[in-house]
Amino acid sequence: MAKSIKMRASLRGDETTVKALITHAMETGLRKGKDGNKIPAHHITEVTCEHAGKTVMVAQWGPAVSKNPYLAFKFKGAKAGDAVKLSWVDNKGESDSSEAKIK
Amino acid sequence: MNVDNKRRLLLRGTLGVGALAGAGLLAPRGVLAAWSKEAFSADSTEGAMKTLLGGTASASDAVSIKAPDIAENGAVVPITVETAAANVESISVFISNNPSPLAANFVLGAGASGYAATRVKMGKTSDVVAVVKSGGTLQSATKEVKVTIGGCGG
Repeated sequence: MAKSIKMRASLRGDETTVKALITHAMETGLRKGKDGNKIPAHHITEVTCEHAGKTVMVAQWGPAVSKNPYLAFKFKGAKAGDAVKLSWVDNKGESDSSEAKIK
Repeated sequence: MNVDNKRRLLLRGTLGVGALAGAGLLAPRGVLAAWSKEAFSADSTEGAMKTLLGGTASASDAVSIKAPDIAENGAVVPITVETAAANVESISVFISNNPSPLAANFVLGAGASGYAATRVKMGKTSDVVAVVKSGGTLQSATKEVKVTIGGCGG
């Protein structure tokens, strides 16, 4: 699952905005497939963002978050050039992470 | 809750439940930290809110939701929540008429601002409720989004 995350972090004033797009099926577990059986749930449960060794944000998601999820949030206390790390885990234990430099 | 406590909660979220729960350090406070299966599978907004946040929220002008009035495609409904409140601990999004109303819960760290955006699925026309937890109080805002094509099963 390499490169499932596209992210960008930009600094404006003292506030950093992180935007990310993750490629993921986000299957709810309620849909039925062609054979009439339910497609098992497969969705991201947690997205974690770290900056300078500290966790800035943890997003806990249910299956109601859209396919190929988008998320954005803001935080203070970072400088341009700092690295921001984003990682996700899904309900099947798959995971991925990515890093971006703040611009 | 002071900054240190909050950091602890977040740490726990990062490291996974197993490692720390085993140590028995943070047992009862897990509601915010660990991914709550109970809250995410609750079938009413109120139930999910109580499980996740330990209470129900009161409406407040300090919270604002940006979402479309009419969503053409219920599978992708952009939602942005902003709040003027200080020391925001978490921002949660509930879709009242979904099978499980709790869609997302953003746990914010010490430096994070009161802002969160994502895209959610909506089965049908429903109220979207955003709850902001700051300094131990729960404040909410509600906005109805009309859905013309559902996002579940379609």
